[in-house]
Amino acid sequence: MSLKGVVMQIGIATNLVRTTAATALVAAVFILPEVALAASDTGAAKGAFPPFDSKTYPGQLFWLAVSFGALYWLMSRVALPRIGGILADRAAALSRDLDEAAGAQAKAEASAKAYEQALAQAQSRAQGIAQTARETSAKQSDERRKTVEAELSAKASQAEASIAAAKAKAMESVRDLGAETAAAIVEKLTGKAPSAAEAAKAIDSALAR
Amino acid sequence: MAAGGGIDPIHQFEIKPIVGLKLFGLDLSFTNSALFMVLTVAVIALITLFGSRQRATVPGRLQSLAELSYEFVASTLTGVMGKEGMRFFPFVFSLFMFVLTANLLGMIPGSFTVTSHIVVTAAFAFLVIGVVLVYGIVKHGSHFFGLFVPKGAPGWLLPFMVLIEAVSFVSRPISLSLRLFGNMLAGHVALKVFGGFVVMLTGTIGVGIVLAPLPMLLAIALTAFEFLVAFLQAYVFTILTCVYLNDALHPGH
Repeated sequence: MSLKGVVMQIGIATNLVRTTAATALVAAVFILPEVALAASDTGAAKGAFPPFDSKTYPGQLFWLAVSFGALYWLMSRVALPRIGGILADRAAALSRDLDEAAGAQAKAEASAKAYEQALAQAQSRAQGIAQTARETSAKQSDERRKTVEAELSAKASQAEASIAAAKAKAMESVRDLGAETAAAIVEKLTGKAPSAAEAAKAIDSALAR
Repeated sequence: MAAGGGIDPIHQFEIKPIVGLKLFGLDLSFTNSALFMVLTVAVIALITLFGSRQRATVPGRLQSLAELSYEFVASTLTGVMGKEGMRFFPFVFSLFMFVLTANLLGMIPGSFTVTSHIVVTAAFAFLVIGVVLVYGIVKHGSHFFGLFVPKGAPGWLLPFMVLIEAVSFVSRPISLSLRLFGNMLAGHVALKVFGGFVVMLTGTIGVGIVLAPLPMLLAIALTAFEFLVAFLQAYVFTILTCVYLNDALHPGH
């Protein structure tokens, strides 16, 4: 037997079960009030307790089927798809907006990063410029100092040379003076003046000692 | 309603024809019950159809109510059945909204409570079980009857277990219909009885008028309680419907 056949047979069987069960329940629902009514039928004013009054059942079931059927149709065809659509649209709009916001934030962060990078670059460049400026000025002042020192030392050596010349000249005159004085002293002592060459020789030998 | 001095708590459940109608020898008159069924549908249609007509991204009050109902039922349903349970959503939503609205309309003084009649609640219960059976068998075939065979039961216990499962399955529509019917009926009877006490006590001269506020307070508390019951029973009916439908989706525990 094919599976479909089994399913159909079971379907028929359950249909049968369901129909029997439904019939039994309907019968119970219809009979119970009658029993209850019979039991309490000691001259009740208007008959059965209304929920158990089976005379009203067909009407209630009919109008329930009509109204609930209409409600189900309205809900499944019109209302629920529309409300579901509204909710889905809103969820989509929300996620779209969130995505946009995230994108904008990423962009803002990127530009902030770029700005920081540019700032750091500018800072390092400024440092470099300052460094070179410092170095050049140091070099310049160094050079100037060197030239000034050279000038000064030249001047100093010039002065030393002139001092040395002056000193030599002075020494010369001291020698001459010494020679004259020595000649004069010798003349006074001996009464006889030595020659200039002798005096100079004697002074030179005294100075060399 | 006081009828001839006495208070009849049953009077409110009486079904009175408004427009007579006979078809195939059956009395299908448009009654106060039918009127409130139609009103129920009208109120739901007002909320869901009129409320959603603008399709606003930022909802107004009525649209919020419609969306709230939608999401409440949807979350209840998916909580029990998962995403695939959404195929039953229109059915479960219609059921919940109908029962809830009918219960709440019944709270209006002088109105009629559709769900206080066993034939209505039984019709819903059998509709649910019918859907479970039809869907379960169409979808799963013989596998659906695995529902009656608990897994892991020892072999010698199996006939007994199957019997118990079958009885519990059959008792479902009965308990489902009786729970809603009993709650609505008893609540309205109790309200009417306590309201009747107030009327009777104030009617008597003397000590009664002093005692009248006591049942009045009780009636007020009961009214609040009945609003809770009106919602709770609709919710219980719906969640049990979801549980039973889940058996049709996933038979075999």
